[in-house]
Amino acid sequence: MGQTITEKILAKSAGKTSVKPGENIWLNVDVLMTHDVCGPPTIDIWKKEFGADAKIWDKDKLVIFPDHYIFTANKHANRNVELLRKFAKEQDFKNYYDVRTDRYKGVCHIALAEEGFNVPGTVLFGTDSHTCTSGAFGMFATGVGNTDAAFILGTGKIWEKVPQSIKFTFTGKLPPYLTAKDLILTILGDIKTDGATYRAMEFDGEGIFSLNIDERMTLTNMAIEAGGINGIIPADDLTAEYVRVRTDKEFEIFRSDEDAGYFSKYRYNMNTIEPTVAKPHSPDNRDTVKNVEGVKLTKCYIGSCTGGKLTDFEYAAKILFGKEVNVPTFVVPASTQVAKDLEHTEYQGVTLKKIFEDAGCVIAQSSCAACLGGPDDTIGRAVDRDVVISTTNRNYPGRMGSKQSDVYLASALTVAASAVTGVITDPRNFIT
Amino acid sequence: MNKKIIGKAYILGDNIDTDQIIPAEHLVYSMSDTEESKLYGKFALSSVPPKQAGLPNGNIPFIEDGKFDSEFSIIIGGSNFGCGSSREHAPYALQKAGVKAIVAESYARIFYRNSVDGGYLVPIESAERLIDKIKTGDNIEIDFENHTIKNLDNEDDFKILPVGDLMPIVEAGGLFEYARKSGMI
Repeated sequence: MGQTITEKILAKSAGKTSVKPGENIWLNVDVLMTHDVCGPPTIDIWKKEFGADAKIWDKDKLVIFPDHYIFTANKHANRNVELLRKFAKEQDFKNYYDVRTDRYKGVCHIALAEEGFNVPGTVLFGTDSHTCTSGAFGMFATGVGNTDAAFILGTGKIWEKVPQSIKFTFTGKLPPYLTAKDLILTILGDIKTDGATYRAMEFDGEGIFSLNIDERMTLTNMAIEAGGINGIIPADDLTAEYVRVRTDKEFEIFRSDEDAGYFSKYRYNMNTIEPTVAKPHSPDNRDTVKNVEGVKLTKCYIGSCTGGKLTDFEYAAKILFGKEVNVPTFVVPASTQVAKDLEHTEYQGVTLKKIFEDAGCVIAQSSCAACLGGPDDTIGRAVDRDVVISTTNRNYPGRMGSKQSDVYLASALTVAASAVTGVITDPRNFIT
Repeated sequence: MNKKIIGKAYILGDNIDTDQIIPAEHLVYSMSDTEESKLYGKFALSSVPPKQAGLPNGNIPFIEDGKFDSEFSIIIGGSNFGCGSSREHAPYALQKAGVKAIVAESYARIFYRNSVDGGYLVPIESAERLIDKIKTGDNIEIDFENHTIKNLDNEDDFKILPVGDLMPIVEAGGLFEYARKSGMI
């Protein structure tokens, strides 16, 4: 029997010719990524286990992006960034992107792509569950905790159980009122939050390869919301082109064999999917936007690794152009690069930044911000009984701040349409 | 590792995610400072909606106001326990609150790994759904040799699944201890 792309990459990383699902193997890690929330405790464990004078296993393979709690007066949060700064200096490694410098990037998963750390065929671990985002580049990428990260920091190795794969094949082409977010919310509604636990989610089909890189990242980003160990899209010419302008690293492109074994297979036609939301309080609580139209909102939020990429803002701008928002609306570019892009990218001859400003949106600095609530002074944080529609990836109780708040997850098109009317609104009312 | 764990049960539902276990605003505290790290215990399970706290009628606080640990040391959960973020602060916070073991129908991968590799607590899979068979406050005994969980208050007996491949890491007390024992590091 043939092998899936995930099996092939894991076999290569383990120095084996083939691997089987269920097998526990030791992987050689190509990149370890951490941030301000999990970095300091990871460093603590590493020092405790390997000694105060220990050196990290490979200076070029560790990447640290402070991104979670950045623009806050919280003293503990600021102390965590200071600990990362001290560590970067002490270990003298180059891939540290410090706050309040030109190097500051913002949300790690987007920065990994922009800075050329996402390389097809490689293995990336990160201390963040959305590390699976990088799988959009035909690589194995997954999240781990601090102990596992500390182990990698000292040895460059980590154990993993080879997952079974689930294949999601998309035919057709995205209609103008749909985005990748609608596709992944549709899948989540079908397989639920544990439908892919410890399994690889492989995306395939002409529909997938018609998506740009940002949109592919939206799909792989939310693999973890179904419990997936990783999400993966084989690299194509578009991927290779994106990667080549960002890194000199050589890479190998893997694809699944025709006769590879899958746990299950799903097929979708993009043309028949409707604008979709996840209702409170779970990413799998799927409904059509039509069915929840009219729910009164107190906040709209466009941001995060899932929904704060340039493509998401291009979608939003199409609807917000020449209009005003009816409810406080937060625009949070995932990275400082995306923030710069908003100043240069135009729709109908107007920059996206100007479109959002004219519409009355609050444009915040790049970071994870209110996607995960964060300290009390986090911009856009849900308070009291807020009813929020957001392009982010989770809506469990309290995720965006207040335990009493209701969060709906949706595409940037749906969020923008809802911002204009103040109630949940189908984007087809603006775009046909 | 002890062959038996005895303690009071605390019942939770399905999809208990890491934000409910330890809300993101609390992730800023030091995990190595003895005093500051007690805050993780204080806020463990603090975002579980009150109606679902300790099911079936809810409103049973896991930790009393002002305290840093819980009288409940065994959590009985439904499916997909620990879904959500990769924060190791989640099993750590439960350990700080005094939890020794979780018995759930299934776990999210990262939470499971973190519990085992960090040596914080033992995540045990039950052979059947237990959240409507055991009540919060029941005295429970988990027996690893016989793969059973017993309700000491009424002698009800249930099966748990063997830990499997990862038992050597659980027995060693975590990934580093295991790696040292086996000569890897």
